[in-house]
Amino acid sequence: MSTLMKFLFGAVAALAVLILAHIDPAFAQAAGEAAPAATPPAPPPSPINTGDTAWMLTSTALVLMMTIPGLALFYGGMVRKKNVLATVGQAFGATCIVTVLWMVIGYSIAFTTNDSESLNKWIGGFKYFMLKPMTIDAVSPLAASIPESVYMCFQMTFAIITPALIAGSLADRMKFSAFMTFMAAWLILVYSPIAHWVWGGGWLGQLGALDYAGGTVVHLNAGTAGLVCALVLGPRHGLGKENMAPYNLVYSVIGASLLWVGWFGFNAGSAVTANVNAGMAMAVTQIATAAAALAWMCCEWIIAKKPSILGIVSGAVAGLVAITPASGFVDPTGALIIGILAGIVCYFAAVHVKKFFGYDDALDAFGVHAVGGALGAMLTGAFASNAINSLGKGWLTDGNAHQMLIQFYDVAGTFIYCAVMTYIILKVIDLIIGLRVSQAAEVEGLDINLHGEVVQ
Amino acid sequence: MKLVMAIIKPFKLDEVRQALTELGLQGMTVTEVKGYGRQKGHTEIYRGAEYAVNFLPKIKIEVVVPAKMVDKAVDAIVAAAKTGQIGDGKIFVVPVEQTVRIRTGETDESAL
Repeated sequence: MSTLMKFLFGAVAALAVLILAHIDPAFAQAAGEAAPAATPPAPPPSPINTGDTAWMLTSTALVLMMTIPGLALFYGGMVRKKNVLATVGQAFGATCIVTVLWMVIGYSIAFTTNDSESLNKWIGGFKYFMLKPMTIDAVSPLAASIPESVYMCFQMTFAIITPALIAGSLADRMKFSAFMTFMAAWLILVYSPIAHWVWGGGWLGQLGALDYAGGTVVHLNAGTAGLVCALVLGPRHGLGKENMAPYNLVYSVIGASLLWVGWFGFNAGSAVTANVNAGMAMAVTQIATAAAALAWMCCEWIIAKKPSILGIVSGAVAGLVAITPASGFVDPTGALIIGILAGIVCYFAAVHVKKFFGYDDALDAFGVHAVGGALGAMLTGAFASNAINSLGKGWLTDGNAHQMLIQFYDVAGTFIYCAVMTYIILKVIDLIIGLRVSQAAEVEGLDINLHGEVVQ
Repeated sequence: MKLVMAIIKPFKLDEVRQALTELGLQGMTVTEVKGYGRQKGHTEIYRGAEYAVNFLPKIKIEVVVPAKMVDKAVDAIVAAAKTGQIGDGKIFVVPVEQTVRIRTGETDESAL
C-alpha cells in the first residue's frame, strides 16, 4: 500500500513540475503576441460560413450519437442477456477502430481526388494519408463553406455507423477479434471506395446517381454485408428451437429514438450547409419515419393480430433508412409515400422473407437496411422533384424515367461489389483467425467468454 | 405448527400480505418464482419469431402459523388472491416440526 502511495505521490509531483515548466513560457508567449495586436492587419476573406459550420458541428455530434449509444442500445436490447455487453461493445469497438483508420487513410480514399482521372472513377487519392494536408484553414471542394476538419469528422461519423450496422446480422456468434478485423478491412476495402463512387467524384456520382445521405452508400451497403455475414457465419446455435426473446426491449426503444433524433444530423446535415435543403430534408425525414412506423404497425396488427412495440420502432428505422437517399430531393408528399412503402416492404422482408429463406439475419440488418436502402434509392428516382432540388429530376415528378435506370445502376453496383468483397474479407479472416466462437462459448454467452464480464 | 405455502399471482401480493397481517401474523417469506399449472404459458412474437413461454412468473409466500390459525390463514389468502381467472395459484399446508428464533433462542409457537 505504502509503495503505491509513494508511486502516486511521485507521479503527481513529476506532473506538477512539468506543468510549471510549461506555464512560464506560455505566459511569455501570450504577452509577446499581445503587443503588436494594436495595429491588426486586415484578415484575408475567409470562405468559412459560421452558420454552416455551427450546423455541421451539431450534425456531426448527432450522427455519432446514432451509433453510440443509439445503435448500440437498439441492438443490445434485442439480443439475449448473455450477449448484451458483447453487442453494445461491437458498436463501441467499431466506433474506435473506424475513427483511427478514417484518420489514417479512409477519408483520403473516400473524399479526395485521385490524380489519375481514370482511377478517380473508382478510388480517391492517397495524399491525405494521416490527414497531413488538412491544415487549420483547409477547406474541401466538396464542402466549400465549412472547415475541412468539420467535414472530415462529419463523414467519419457516417463511416462509423455503416460497418456498425452490420453487427445486427452477425450478433450472438462472432469472435470479437474477427469482428474488429472485419470492421477495419471492410471500412478500407468496401465503405471508402463506395463512398468515393457516389460522393467523392467517382463513377456513380458522375453518372448522376441521387443518394442524398447514404441510401446505397450506407444502408444498402451495410445490409448487403450483413446478409453475406449471416450466410457465411451460419445460423445461431439453437435457432428455431431455443427461446431467443430479446433481453430488454426498452433499450431498443431508447436506441431507436436516439437513431431518429440523430438522423436529423444524418439527413439535414447532408446538405453540408444550413440552408433551405437542410430544412426540407429535416421535414421529409420526420414525415417518412412516422409513416413507416405506422405502416409496419398496421401490417403487424392485421397479420400477427397485435401491434408490437418492436414492430413500431423497426418501422420507424425502416422509414429513416428509405428516406435517407431521398431526403434532399423529395417533397412532403413523396416522403409520405416513401415512408408507407418502406414500412410495408421492410415488414415483409424482415418477418416473412427471412423466414422463407431461412438465413439467420439475427437483428435484420438486411431486411431493414438493405431492403429499405434499395427501396429508398429506387423511390428517389421516382419522386425526386426539380422544384425541391435542381440536381434531381424524378420519373413520376418530372417525367425523367432515365433516372430510374441510373438509380438501378447505383443499387446493383453497390450490391454486387459489396457482396463479393465482403465474402472475400470474411473468408480470409476465417482462414487466419476463425469467425465463430466455439459452440460451448456461444451457448454460455459471449459476454463472459469473450469479455470476462456479465450483466446481472 | 403448519407451513402455509401459497403460489399466487404477483400483483395480488400486497392484498394477501394485508389480509394475513390483519389476522395478527407477524411475518412471512416471499420468493419470486416461475412455474405452470393449468394456465400453461403464453406465446411471445418478435418480428415474426414465436417463442412459447411455459413458465410464468408467480409469487410464492411461505408463512408458518400455529395449528389453530391454519384455516383462517388459508381462507384469508384465498379471499385476497382470488380473481376467478385460471392461474390464480395454489395453497399447500405442511406440518412443521420445530421453530427457533435465532436471536433469542425461543422455540416453537413463541418463536413465530
